[in-house]
Amino acid sequence: MSKGVLAITEQLDGVFRKVTYEALSEGRRIADQLGCDLTAVVLGSNVEIIAAELGKYGADRIIAADNPILDEYLTDTYTNVISDIIASENPAVIILGASMQGKDLSARLAARLNVSLAMDCVVIRIEDEKLIATRPIYGGKILADIAMDTKPVILAVRPNSMGITETDCAGDIEKYDANIGQTNLKFIEKTLDTTKIELTEADMVVSGGRGMGGADFSVLEELAEMFGGAVGASRSAVDEGWRPHADQVGQTGKVVSPNLYIACGISGAIQHLAGMSSSKIIVAVNKDPEAPIFLKADYGIVGDLFEIVPLITEEIRKIK
Amino acid sequence: MEIVVLLKQVPATESFVGIADDKVSVKTDDVKWVINPYDEFAVEEALRIKEAHGGSVTIVSVGRDKTAEAVRTALAMGADKGILIKDTISEKYDGLGIARILAAVLKDIPYDLIIAGQRAVDDDNFLVGTAVAEFLNIPNISLVIKEEIIDGRIRCHRTIEGGTVVIESSLPALITTQRGLNEPRYASLPGIMKAKRKPLDVKTLADIGLDVGQFETSGMHIVSLKFPPERKSGRIIEGESAQVKVSELLRALREEAKVI
Ligand SMILES: Cc1cc2nc3c(=O)[nH]c(=O)nc-3n(C[C@H](O)[C@H](O)[C@H](O)COP(=O)(O)OP(=O)(O)OC[C@H]3O[C@@H](n4cnc5c(N)ncnc54)[C@H](O)[C@@H]3O)c2cc1C
Ligand SMILES: Nc1ncnc2c1ncn2[C@@H]1O[C@H](COP(=O)(O)O)[C@@H](O)[C@H]1O
Repeated sequence: MSKGVLAITEQLDGVFRKVTYEALSEGRRIADQLGCDLTAVVLGSNVEIIAAELGKYGADRIIAADNPILDEYLTDTYTNVISDIIASENPAVIILGASMQGKDLSARLAARLNVSLAMDCVVIRIEDEKLIATRPIYGGKILADIAMDTKPVILAVRPNSMGITETDCAGDIEKYDANIGQTNLKFIEKTLDTTKIELTEADMVVSGGRGMGGADFSVLEELAEMFGGAVGASRSAVDEGWRPHADQVGQTGKVVSPNLYIACGISGAIQHLAGMSSSKIIVAVNKDPEAPIFLKADYGIVGDLFEIVPLITEEIRKIK
Repeated sequence: MEIVVLLKQVPATESFVGIADDKVSVKTDDVKWVINPYDEFAVEEALRIKEAHGGSVTIVSVGRDKTAEAVRTALAMGADKGILIKDTISEKYDGLGIARILAAVLKDIPYDLIIAGQRAVDDDNFLVGTAVAEFLNIPNISLVIKEEIIDGRIRCHRTIEGGTVVIESSLPALITTQRGLNEPRYASLPGIMKAKRKPLDVKTLADIGLDVGQFETSGMHIVSLKFPPERKSGRIIEGESAQVKVSELLRALREEAKVI
């Protein structure tokens, strides 16, 4: 009988991703409802030290596959090792964060195990012992409730959609001797901008559009810094070469769900809305009172962003 | 280089997609159909690789009669031939079902490189490309913004949160696209004329030796579709000066919205 919830964690250079805590917390909730244990899996090198932390987010057991080859994520090595763990643990539910790595891994795992996968789900519930996952489709225009019947099922949870709950659990660590298996991929190098807060995980995002009029986004950067938030951009701003592709929010960019989204000089095209309409509170600053963004914003200010945004930054500074 | 592009036809994002009376399927009668934007990047990249290394580009799609238009558009962009697996109930399969059909098609054609979109903007599944690679037992690299083929291997820049990773793979391999990879070309008028004479092979599941029933259930189904809670248009903050407006905004964010 398959039983238990298995959470696959994700860490980068010894720091867990925020979405890992979200997946663990959700995994704990599901385990409690099913009356079973939550086991966390950690892969990487020297991960035993950080693994201990996971008990705090509800893990009863922690399987640590400590191996220098697992230092960098590769689809095939990770899929090989995790499917071995799944074969021996035989869980009913596998949960992980739908980060870029999580999406890649969960898709390959679903195909290898031949089981259902709810990609990017935002709500999970259990009804008559069946798992129902809610996931946005059509760029968030429709929400689909999906019943999942296979054993196990895989749930990839969208970043910033589920709360983090701390509950002290045993968190016993078991060392796992991983068999890496066959690999056709080779890690060459990695470039990271560690000073930046990841858009999909930020609690606050301020984005600029064509209304920025140029590559100088300093007014937005100063505001974001006040909040410890991230700076995003519309596609027009990216197409102009003002911002990198990685900053694009929308249908062909990132989907963000921060507590606060401030759109500056962005008209509010449907493709942009697809990337930010699940934000909790939306503020729009635009000089055109007819801009469609105001129809989706909780609060709007009609005005020149270069006048308004610095004033917001100033006011926040006063409060802090 | 034999390059295969997996292409899906989807409703244009500005089209309204309704929910049918059965509450489990969508209404797409009034939508405009386009090539999935991420698959457009795939077609463009395939053409560039062909231009640099020679070979041919084959478009493979699972869809319906009208999907032929999307495949023809890709041919007009410059692809050499198309294969359309026509199937009236393909919408009912989940991603793994579609991936199995695509893998079955690929078993019979040569390929060195397969390019898929990272996701289709209708089901937003992020699944089919990667699953096809698994079924074919070939490596995959997803979210690629740059690739180079050197000495029979492919080296890809893959986006991750906050940066990029460079990964190399043996061929054959499957890669999925990320915005930033290229700017897709438009089909030119001569391209459109030429496309009419390019081979487009339309087959049914039975033609490729598959049984329809095989894919109908694969362990997950939609129990209901709903629209997300409508975002009400909120409040335009009025005031005699920018300073007054901003002060009121901050008060509202603190006291009403409680986000600061
Ligand atoms: C297939 C496809 C995919 C797409 N994907 C995306 C996507 O992922 N993300 C995305 O954003 N777009 C996407 N788009 C593009 C989208 O349709 C819009 O073209 C784009 O979002 C417009 O960007 P914008 O709002 O910055 O520019 P505009 O529409 O030009 O709006 C600029 C706004 O700035 C205001 N403004 C100007 N100056 C000032 C000032 N000084 N102060 C205040 N306000 C000012 C103007 O009033 C105007 O409302 C996509 C389009 C297609 C066809
Ligand atoms: N019906 C289909 N026919 C051909 N390719 C498809 C089909 N569905 C999905 N794909 C490919 O798989 C990618 C990811 O789709 P999805 O997993 O549905 O988000 C798409 O961008 C296409 O490249």
